[in-house]
Amino acid sequence: MNLTKNGNGNDGPGGLRAARDRLSLDPLRNAWSTAPGPVRWAVYLLLVIGGLLLPNQAIGEFMAPSGSDWPSMLSNQIAIYVLLALGLNVVVGMAGLLDLGYVAFYAVGGYTMAIFATKYGWSFWESLFLAIAFAGLSGLILGAPTLRLRGDYLAIVTLGFGEIVKRTANNSSYVNGPRGVQGIPHPPTLSEFEIFGVQPLKYGLLDSRPYYYLLLLFIIIAIIFVKRLERSRVGRAWASIREDEDAAELMGVPTFKFKLAAFAIGAAIGGSGGVVFASQQTSINPQNFEFLVSALILAGVVLGGSGNIPGVMLGAAVLAWLPERFRGLSDYRMLIFGAALVLMMIFRPEGLWPSRQRKAELAEGTGGMGSMGAEVAGPGQTVTAEEGK
Amino acid sequence: MLLEIKDIHVHYGKIAAIKGISASVDQGEIVTLIGANGAGKTTTLKTISGLRSLSRGSIHFDGRDISGMQGHKRVRVGIGQAPEGRGVFPGMTVEENLLMGAYARKDDPSKELAEAYELFPRLAERRRQAGGTMSGGEQQMLAIGRALMAKPKVLLLDEPSMGLAPMLVQQIFTIIQEINRRGTTVLLVEQNAQQALQIAHRAYVLETGRVVKSAPAAELLDDPQVRAAYLGGDLGDAAGAPAEDAPPEDAG
Repeated sequence: MNLTKNGNGNDGPGGLRAARDRLSLDPLRNAWSTAPGPVRWAVYLLLVIGGLLLPNQAIGEFMAPSGSDWPSMLSNQIAIYVLLALGLNVVVGMAGLLDLGYVAFYAVGGYTMAIFATKYGWSFWESLFLAIAFAGLSGLILGAPTLRLRGDYLAIVTLGFGEIVKRTANNSSYVNGPRGVQGIPHPPTLSEFEIFGVQPLKYGLLDSRPYYYLLLLFIIIAIIFVKRLERSRVGRAWASIREDEDAAELMGVPTFKFKLAAFAIGAAIGGSGGVVFASQQTSINPQNFEFLVSALILAGVVLGGSGNIPGVMLGAAVLAWLPERFRGLSDYRMLIFGAALVLMMIFRPEGLWPSRQRKAELAEGTGGMGSMGAEVAGPGQTVTAEEGK
Repeated sequence: MLLEIKDIHVHYGKIAAIKGISASVDQGEIVTLIGANGAGKTTTLKTISGLRSLSRGSIHFDGRDISGMQGHKRVRVGIGQAPEGRGVFPGMTVEENLLMGAYARKDDPSKELAEAYELFPRLAERRRQAGGTMSGGEQQMLAIGRALMAKPKVLLLDEPSMGLAPMLVQQIFTIIQEINRRGTTVLLVEQNAQQALQIAHRAYVLETGRVVKSAPAAELLDDPQVRAAYLGGDLGDAAGAPAEDAPPEDAG
């Protein structure tokens, strides 16, 4: 642990620093923390309405001009990534555990849906609950033996777990190996009612918007759930584990149990994303669950501002949208995308929209991803080691 | 005996860090463990608070065998620790840090919070400041105050003087005595042997994982061997404050 403020690596030259200060979100944060209840509810309501209007063609023309279908980009890419980022944020952002195999839980959700719907004829909603339970359970199974590890070591094990799930699916004839599962049913149509030319509860092949609305509902539920957890004893326990795991244990926090809970909850949210994905695509195969998905979601969480819910949603949405938006640049887009990420980490390492607490942790150079588990004595410690002799 | 450790052995992998330490702490005492780097002082404390597991031996606390008890449960039976390097939660405010100290308790901690602020007025001034942005001395105060929030029967302090300016070291040791006067037993690990022996009732001298000497603290202050090894020998008796070259940014 560093005794002195270890900010050298973060501070650019003076001019850049000033530019960065202008981008500070502190005024916004202060305004929000003092805003009265009705104002907050009005903002929430506006955000939900904004979310509902998002698939609109007018927005689509700017967001997806090159002829690709904006509603399907929203539901296949952006909304799924936002939901997964919310789940991964519980693990990485809140509990400070680096998980590089998050796609595994997404896969468990998707495959549970696929197997139970095609082989046992379960309905979408039944499979949904089962898939969430299975994904949560797989989080526990992965966590129980591995959460004794910390930082980089945990990251390596989770990376392995992601590969194990994918390889298992790839080599198991029960789920047709690399060909995957076909003929997964769409969710049953709940109602044919039509509003503004959309049938939001009719799930079919042609219109992606109902899936987007379904994901929006999942996202809202996940936000409420995670936000409530964050403000509870559980959230405080996670914050303490993220900032200093040993100290947390010394405060009487059952660190192992809470880390396990973070894994299970994150996994369950990821699983729910997998279910919607499977039922919209109607077929899934192991190639849908590459490591790249884990990496992109993690990048979204970190880019947006790990630990801050609006931040990670923004990060994931930007990350899902950018490569699609600039499809015209063909192969160069990944190069530009990578350069943009590097620049971000140089000039705004705490993310686009970090939480205040998280920013303070990073300034200190400890806490979760700040130090990535490598505990090196700070300058203060080496000095004192000498003076006691 | 409030706390008694019997012949404990602790390993990091295959390396034995502690090779059979026995020690005891009585109700109301200040006991100190002194010794050089790598003597096993910190490991002993970590083993008592449950961050490290025993490979042999036993720990009894308040009449119970707690050798196999998990760390977070030991807080509930009455063991509080301010860890080495302070272990302040950097992103939490001073007040949030202190309230984390009361995490294991289900009752209202406001009385202990007031007491912590009374003991460390500096913390009261900085209530809303993030823990990580405070100076070394303030962080140490916060770590001690936080450990007291759980109302421990025994307070384990791991090098509270580490990296502090001499004046602050004095202040911290005065506060430790005050905490002890108010009824908390203290087990203190220190490299600053001179200071530690001055406030302690009894002391154990550790060397490479073993106890080489145990005696009332006053006796050890006069012990020629101890003086030679830990107190700057007979070269000069002004070795009282060996922390003179602490980095300036760590000062109060």
